[in-house]
Amino acid sequence: MHGRPRKPQKPVDDASIAKAAKLRVLQAQFFQNHHDKIYAKEALEISAKLLETNPEAYTAWNYRKLAVEHNLRSETDPDAIKAVLDEELRVVESALRRNFKCYGAWHHRKWVLNKGYSSVDHEFRLLDQFQKADSRNFHAWSYRRFVAALKNMSEEEELKYTTDMIETNFSNYSAWHNRSVLLSHLLKQKIEGFTPREKVLTEEYELVHQALFTDPDDQSGWFYHFWLLDQTVTPGAPVLVSSWPAHGSDLFVSFKGNLDGGVSSSFTSFCSDKGAFPLIIYFNQSVGGINSSTVTVKHLFDKNEDLIWVPLATNNSGNAQAWVTFLRFPDVKDDSLKAYPVEVKVGHSQCAFTVSLRSIDSKHGEGGSDMEMIVWKDDSFHASEPLLLSPPVVSLDQATTNKEPEQIDSRWHEETLANEIALFQELLSEINCKIGKLTLARLLRAHDKMIYKMPFADEKTHSKEVLDLFSDLMKLDPSHSRYYKDEHSLVLMEQVVSNRESLLTYCWKYGEAHPSYLCNPICLRLSKLSLSRIGSFENLLWVQMLDLSHNELWSIEGLEAMQLLSCLNLSNNKLRSFTALEPLKLLKSLKVLNISYNEIGAHSIDTSRYLFSSPLSHTVGDDWNIDAYVTDGVKMNYWEAAVIFKGLYLTQLDVVGNAIVDEKFNLFLTHILPSLVWLDGDRVY
Amino acid sequence: MDENVSYPFIDTSSFDLIVVGTGLPESVIASAASAAGKSVLHLDANPFYGSHFSSLPLDSFTSFLQSQQNIPQKEYSSSIENYSQSDCVVVGLESRCLYSNFEISSHVSPESLEPSRKFSLDISGPRVLFCADPAVDLLLKSGASHHIEFKSIDASFIYTGDGRLLAVPDSRAAIFKDRSLGLTEKNQLMRFFKLVQEHFESVAADGDRKEEKRRISEEDLESPFIEFLNKQRLPPKIKSIILYAIVMADCDQDHPEISENLVKTKDGIEKLALYHSSVGRLANASGAFIYPIYGQGELPQAFCRCAAVKGALYVLRMPVTALLLDKESSHYKGVRLASGQEMFFHHLVVDPSYVVPSSSILSLTVDLQQKSAHGSSLAVVKGKVARAICVTRGSVKPDLSNLLLVFPPRSLNSKQVKSIRALQLGSNLAVCPSGLFLLYLSTVCDDAIQGKESLHAAMDALFTPVSEDNDSTSVVSKDMEGQTKPSLLWSAMYIQEMAMGSSDTISFCCMPDGNLDYCDLLKSTVELFREMYPMEELFPQTTAEKIEDDGDSLD
Repeated sequence: MHGRPRKPQKPVDDASIAKAAKLRVLQAQFFQNHHDKIYAKEALEISAKLLETNPEAYTAWNYRKLAVEHNLRSETDPDAIKAVLDEELRVVESALRRNFKCYGAWHHRKWVLNKGYSSVDHEFRLLDQFQKADSRNFHAWSYRRFVAALKNMSEEEELKYTTDMIETNFSNYSAWHNRSVLLSHLLKQKIEGFTPREKVLTEEYELVHQALFTDPDDQSGWFYHFWLLDQTVTPGAPVLVSSWPAHGSDLFVSFKGNLDGGVSSSFTSFCSDKGAFPLIIYFNQSVGGINSSTVTVKHLFDKNEDLIWVPLATNNSGNAQAWVTFLRFPDVKDDSLKAYPVEVKVGHSQCAFTVSLRSIDSKHGEGGSDMEMIVWKDDSFHASEPLLLSPPVVSLDQATTNKEPEQIDSRWHEETLANEIALFQELLSEINCKIGKLTLARLLRAHDKMIYKMPFADEKTHSKEVLDLFSDLMKLDPSHSRYYKDEHSLVLMEQVVSNRESLLTYCWKYGEAHPSYLCNPICLRLSKLSLSRIGSFENLLWVQMLDLSHNELWSIEGLEAMQLLSCLNLSNNKLRSFTALEPLKLLKSLKVLNISYNEIGAHSIDTSRYLFSSPLSHTVGDDWNIDAYVTDGVKMNYWEAAVIFKGLYLTQLDVVGNAIVDEKFNLFLTHILPSLVWLDGDRVY
Repeated sequence: MDENVSYPFIDTSSFDLIVVGTGLPESVIASAASAAGKSVLHLDANPFYGSHFSSLPLDSFTSFLQSQQNIPQKEYSSSIENYSQSDCVVVGLESRCLYSNFEISSHVSPESLEPSRKFSLDISGPRVLFCADPAVDLLLKSGASHHIEFKSIDASFIYTGDGRLLAVPDSRAAIFKDRSLGLTEKNQLMRFFKLVQEHFESVAADGDRKEEKRRISEEDLESPFIEFLNKQRLPPKIKSIILYAIVMADCDQDHPEISENLVKTKDGIEKLALYHSSVGRLANASGAFIYPIYGQGELPQAFCRCAAVKGALYVLRMPVTALLLDKESSHYKGVRLASGQEMFFHHLVVDPSYVVPSSSILSLTVDLQQKSAHGSSLAVVKGKVARAICVTRGSVKPDLSNLLLVFPPRSLNSKQVKSIRALQLGSNLAVCPSGLFLLYLSTVCDDAIQGKESLHAAMDALFTPVSEDNDSTSVVSKDMEGQTKPSLLWSAMYIQEMAMGSSDTISFCCMPDGNLDYCDLLKSTVELFREMYPMEELFPQTTAEKIEDDGDSLD
């Protein structure tokens, strides 16, 4: 059934022409009956004949459903009802014998079975036949799940059946899949014999190893292994991993201007002209339902109940890894330097920091004008002068999170991962196997993440090995190189930002003079790393100026978590459309943006639409009015750009070097961004 | 034979082909010839079909082997007489002894093995068919499969030196299920299987340049298989499994006495491929092997039936006493039957136990015997095979009844230099009463003593004899490790000469060989047929009885 090349179609012969003609007559008769709502025996026979020749005639299945409903309406004799339904089962069976991968037929069978008049045992016999004919047929497997549920079959027994099927031939995705479905359920319910979870999973690892080592080229086992790994590392309750302001930090907030130079670390200072500063919390997984009842914030100037939490995600699910709220502070006039404590509690996690308020006297002239243009050239940056304090790397350490529920099985987790890693390292030393390498890379990453969480873990991480694996895979499996490239980028980012020493080498001080909105002139320069994706945002919440130029970015997903960002350089990347810039919509403090020399407008088909979790078009609300952007009689078809830019207050934008750019487009930009001062280095008036 | 037997009279006296003996090769030839439209007379001195390939009830089995052993060794010179009536010389046809060292040991009273007819003992055991071997193809092609039913051999095991029987991981599914191999070993074994598979795929896709590199090099193909296995860095355990339990090598490949005994890579991988294409070929056979219900004797009978359907004439209990040699052409042209009737032929095929005294022919027709290199009309004997058959109570593997066992060379003791293969069959094959099992053993050997010693060692490893005092009370006894061993009720052991087929002035078929399967045997039989009838197709496919899918007809 699988891996067989499609044969060229046989030339049309007289027999098939005659057959087609007969089918057409049948079809015409059927449609007539359907239209006239004739549900008599003869009419039903015509539809049956049609379906037995062409099981894909979906309309005929629906017609039969209508007919059954019609004929049963007046029927009360259970035998007669059964006779009607048995006839349906017979038609389905003969249709399935013609084509056992026909959705309509299987669906019809389920519909009949759901009426509850038919024997389920017969269904198992039928399934055995179909599963013998093609043991991987997923229609049969999904129907099996349906029948098993209907009969209330014990899941242990069904699990045993998957074992049998796997032992007959372990290249059976469907059997492995069903196994994972059944096991998830059994584990969740803590059925006897399926506890503890660790023991069951260990046995499953052992089983799948037999398949993986016997034939590493067969992917079905590997997919099951992915599922197992997922079961092993999936975190239980969401845990807060980072926040801004960072745990234990002393934040200096100033109004309308610069802080006194040298007083505080640039990493923990913030300027605001809105009388509020953001509080960002970042979890180890997407979470929903963050609000004042699930998060408690103790802050002198705000009532917890008044805080409004906003998810930082571009999809509409309402779940996000990062959430933000704004804490207000009063217009303090005195220079008391008083540090106000703030405490945040979410579930088992908590963090605490202090905020000092500084009223600024705008005399501080060293700050450049807000109208000054940011120049992204290398000579604008200085190797960082002695920074007073280190950037906060993973702001929440063990002390802040209550670890108890996790520590019980963390030992098993680590041992399991270490064991798996050793096994596959050995296997891969013998053979070259793409999916094996991918698995090893995933295992190593999972392991690194795990020891990272351990207190005082000084074990070396495997980032080098993982990077090598992904580089290798890019060469071995070019058709998926983009995925490997993305993974490679994420690991590289992780490596760069995961410790203070490394991170510091990427921190540069911008200029002598900088605009007032940029109270933290430290720029994180991650340019020329050939990144295609970015990640590790939990370590980057403090960043206000970010240079990602000269990479290979095609997406900036996740960037929305960096709420403090005011200057962003994305020039010389591979962004293909404005859709890819969607995260920018949530960066309300963004002032300076450089997207020059990308590929926006160069591709007539925007494939990124299919790759992102939320195509931009879904987010266009009712308020959308294209006419608002019809200016000077030029009907703009820049609606994607409009969606991105209409909520931003950019003062500086560079777009040159994109295919979309022309005079008309620039004109459009000045309309949609009234705050714009600099466009491609030219002053806008 | 009873002197007073009244022999039937045969109407026709001239045939395209006369076949003497109803062993498998003879029966295949008879059936192929009649399928090709030849007139065939098929004779056998015995009252049963199959000759050296038959399956017999216990008592007949014993008497057959005893009678075979007691054939008097005659001087062949006396049996020539002048045939006065015509231009023919009558050359006496003698039987010779191909069985020796026959011994029976019974640990139970004879009554406990009654009724004798409930047993069906193969003379040529142990023997099975690979599901994909030429024998199965021939059965399907000839239609003989309609007359025979098979059952699958459930599993095969390899004996480890420490007395354990390990299931042979012979397929992908078996490797997956096996729990005695380590993960790395599984990987190595499967990788080797794939290597071989890819080689054959690449050979099949001949000419495709891309495929070339997946092929095993010419040099490797000609080198000993063991060297190739070493080159693949396979551990000893895996090598042993491949060599002895899959490729079925007879001799110790690590310490060959003579290099001739080494299996070549070419032959090794071919056997491996045969094994693998056998697994899963037939819908109702789970493993690689099948065995005919009622015994191997069914096979020659099935071919005889095919021949009979096509018009061959069958006469059992009809010994052939002499050959008629045409003086002028110096070719044999007829046979004299025990009834005294003389039958004429174009071709004559005889069972290898017959001897045409060569010296006498030489003396008469010296100048006419150029064709024969040795001047003898006698099938050449090449080696011996020791065979044993055991009747046991209880299976060597409690939950399985039909299984194959391999004892690699030196796995039992240092004197065991050749592989021993054993086949256990249960009553579901209708070869023994229920509750009992048959176990066949064989090993090729250079001398009888050595062969029998090896078989005894294997039997000792598998069974405990039933001792006199607790005859039927203990069904199985336990050995030191607490494993249960079935008890041995009765056993027979004998040495059989392996006479090869030859085709000279007369065509001789071959004796059962030392292999587990019929591959070599049928190969030489088919060759013989080709030599006799170079223009005829072997079992031409007639439109009327097209063979359907493989396996369907074997269900």
